[in-house]
Amino acid sequence: MARLSARKFPQPSLTLEIIASHGLSEEEYQKILKVLGREPNYTELGVFSVMWSEHCSYKSSKGLLKLLPTEGPGVLQGPGENAGIVDIGSGLVAVFKMESHNHPSFIEPYQGAATGVGGILRDIFTMGARPVASLNSLRFGSLGHPRTPYLLSGVVAGIGGYGNCVGVPTVGGELFFDECYNANILVNAFTLGIAKKKHIFKGQAKGVGNSLIYVGAKTGRDGIHGATMASEAFSQEAEGRRPTVQVGDPFTEKLLLEACLEIMEKDCLVGIQDMGAAGLTSSAAEMAGRGGTGVELDLSRVPLREHGMGPYEILLSESQERMLLVAKKGSENEVKRIFKRWDLDAVVVGRVTGDRLFRALFHGAEVACIPITALTTEAPVYARPAERPQSQDEVQKLDLSIIGEPKELSETLKLLLDSPNVASKEWVYRQYDHFVRSNTVVAPGSDAAVIRIKGAEKGLALTVDGNSRYCYLDPYIGGILAVAEAARNLACVGAHPIGLSDCLNFGSPERPDVMWQFSQVLQGMRDGCVALGVPVVSGNVSFYNETDGVPIYPTPTVAMVGLLPKVGRYVTPWFKSAGDLVVLLGITREELGGSEYLKVVHGLVRGTPPWIDLKLEQAVQRCCLKAIERGMIRSAHDVSEGGLAVALAECCVSGPERGLGARIELREMMRGDALLFGESQSRIIVSIRERDLSRLTELAAREGVPVQVIGEVGGSRLVVQPLLQLPVEELKSIWSSSLERRLK
Amino acid sequence: MRWGVIVFPGSCDEQDVYDCLKHALRQRVEFLWHKDDLDAKFDCLVLPGGFSYGDYLRAGAMARFSPIMQGVMDFARKGGFVLGICNGFQILCEAGLLPGALMRNACLQFVCRHVFLRVEETDSPFTCAGKKGQVLRLPVKHGEGCYYADAVTLERLRKNRQILLRYVDGKGRISSSANPNGSLDHIAGVCNEGRNVFGLMPHPEDAGEKLLGSEDGLKIFSSLIAARDKRKQKAWLG
Repeated sequence: MARLSARKFPQPSLTLEIIASHGLSEEEYQKILKVLGREPNYTELGVFSVMWSEHCSYKSSKGLLKLLPTEGPGVLQGPGENAGIVDIGSGLVAVFKMESHNHPSFIEPYQGAATGVGGILRDIFTMGARPVASLNSLRFGSLGHPRTPYLLSGVVAGIGGYGNCVGVPTVGGELFFDECYNANILVNAFTLGIAKKKHIFKGQAKGVGNSLIYVGAKTGRDGIHGATMASEAFSQEAEGRRPTVQVGDPFTEKLLLEACLEIMEKDCLVGIQDMGAAGLTSSAAEMAGRGGTGVELDLSRVPLREHGMGPYEILLSESQERMLLVAKKGSENEVKRIFKRWDLDAVVVGRVTGDRLFRALFHGAEVACIPITALTTEAPVYARPAERPQSQDEVQKLDLSIIGEPKELSETLKLLLDSPNVASKEWVYRQYDHFVRSNTVVAPGSDAAVIRIKGAEKGLALTVDGNSRYCYLDPYIGGILAVAEAARNLACVGAHPIGLSDCLNFGSPERPDVMWQFSQVLQGMRDGCVALGVPVVSGNVSFYNETDGVPIYPTPTVAMVGLLPKVGRYVTPWFKSAGDLVVLLGITREELGGSEYLKVVHGLVRGTPPWIDLKLEQAVQRCCLKAIERGMIRSAHDVSEGGLAVALAECCVSGPERGLGARIELREMMRGDALLFGESQSRIIVSIRERDLSRLTELAAREGVPVQVIGEVGGSRLVVQPLLQLPVEELKSIWSSSLERRLK
Repeated sequence: MRWGVIVFPGSCDEQDVYDCLKHALRQRVEFLWHKDDLDAKFDCLVLPGGFSYGDYLRAGAMARFSPIMQGVMDFARKGGFVLGICNGFQILCEAGLLPGALMRNACLQFVCRHVFLRVEETDSPFTCAGKKGQVLRLPVKHGEGCYYADAVTLERLRKNRQILLRYVDGKGRISSSANPNGSLDHIAGVCNEGRNVFGLMPHPEDAGEKLLGSEDGLKIFSSLIAARDKRKQKAWLG
């Protein structure tokens, strides 16, 4: 074959169309001219377009993200690296992050979701941590929409297909359906890894003259401009974007994972970073940015999957399962030896320089030369206009007096348990391996998952939450509630929160109403985090989740990690033995705004979300945790979507056995539907042995938590005097078969 | 007792097997690399679960050509104990060390859940510590676990009592809802005619501790330990 030369890839001269097709505004192009002091060439334009895309640069969100508290006693690494790091004692750290893969998953559900998992796994092991648990948070359109079953099946199969094959258990998640996601689904993937505190790796290029080593899969033409695609709203032609979605190869990822962890055991690496969005370009530029250095890449050395790829394509390819290493001088051969053992490519493709430039060569010719800072810290930042839309007043109006109360509340409970938002998600999680690595103590289906840490007495709890209806009705309160519910779920299994990672999924930031939602949600999350003492250590922002001008509900998803000092002390939500007392921590108020009941029964998404007093929230969580630590609690379950009645039903049916009934008596004077299905916050249903009642009451009094015995576990029916009674068997059958029935 | 756990590219459960043997049962365990030759000092070889070579072709179809497999065949021929779990079971079938094949689950989806298994035979090194009819609770997690054999083979399996485990419900009864993958005759695990090679789809290594929800998996490993002791005793008695 004739040797390729740079001349074979002439750089087209730039026209206004070419510039616009790169998603750069006129203003941004002027800025490029200024920082370069000349016109960029075609390759450089491509580099700028991906690095300045919303996805990579956070240009619309950067300013507001500063609102979030990112520091805490255990935080070793906050946002800005590949993932956040929290000290968990015993010389170990938890490394975790959540990331969105929304746009690709809508275009091609299986590969979109699969590569979302692949990307987040690499973000974790690039820091020297072995991934030990994954979660995912999924939002789909109405299950009645013709495309939803296809999208859901594809996404779930993709997550399982990738995660199972790499051998990382998926231990939990959430799934929510609403029409607002009909044309913009959300796929947020979270992974947590464990590393030794003394053995953390970062994405930095230091040491002039050190080699840049490309490892992993070969580079192809897939995913070019994926980052740019993810920074745009959809129109009707989303299907035509399929070529921008990458194709996952979990087997190569598994080899890459093992090879990277093996090389990290040796004294070879200075820095390492995954080639994710914007591929080789962003990994090289970001590492140089953090290291205060420059990089010189020889693109002709990059291993290619197909012939005839030019510098533009090589720099912008988002082919998966690739990493860029900065190796200590002289250790190149050791790196190559280990990767060869795992049958993977490892090629020196460049070096660290001291000139703070991003330089790319192709067969001897320079094809790009850009100051690193222009691609990183000096990328555009926008303070976008934000304005509360007038329609907000309208959606918050809710006159309960014109909303009829159902006659048969038993029937209403059945309807709610059958709602895909409430029903068992077993159809989803049974497609995920949640046992591999033999650490899973509490499997999916509880308030939070629990894994043990091998070699230590402790465990970690993980949950992901976020109610977007609340955020739509009041983004500030919605932001608080997302954080509060996640922390409450951890409290229910017996874990103290140590940090969170978030995905902030919104419409276009160019709309003032969306920016208003964004800033309100962030302020709410901040207040929630500060009150509950939870730092934000990592996360991502996904804008442009809108189609034909209609944005999704503002959807922050909060993945929170908690620590159980003694993993054996975990608690699950289902009732354990007949004769135990059922106790409610917290109080029920007459509120129905934003409830699942209002949506399912009355077809309304209106009103204001439930009220929250963060002091009470904190007290309820502390009380639950202390009671668990003192061994009083036999089961604990958070009251959320569907209210008290649904939560009680779940206590009856969510266990592995046939289920236990309960006789409950509620004395509050309020309308029956609000009492049963209202979603008042800061409530936890616990069951205890009768002899522990006085201890629990005393503890609650000390913590300032309202507490009432509402009934007793036992029998084969759930009876809520005087409002409803149903056989547990019937509840279980409705609740457990809902999703499967709809997806047949 | 000395155990070797073979690591193929794409194996996922080797660490689980290692930890279970080492920590729950205090055994001597080593990892064996698929590219290496096998030396013969082991009492039992374990082919762990996972996705060898990504299972891109057909589960186990590539791994059976790994260099170490020649050693495994020789070891098995000489009567050494070989245990294949999940992907390991698939590899043993592909290698011809066990009869039959594992096909795509009848539901066409990956299935991860706890199942109940009935111990059908106890005169094997893999089940001798159990009682006939005993019910064990173990997790399954696979996409291709539907056991199949032609009618002649199935008849021979029955006649030789090579079917060691069947899927049942919690009370030990056969039912289609208790069978997670549509497996023929509810077969969860079979051994070879020599009764020294055994493959099963469920994962005993993930059921080795109360904390993880079940200790029933230890039955399989402790059976092997008992069988090996018995063998040694026999050898010593001459």
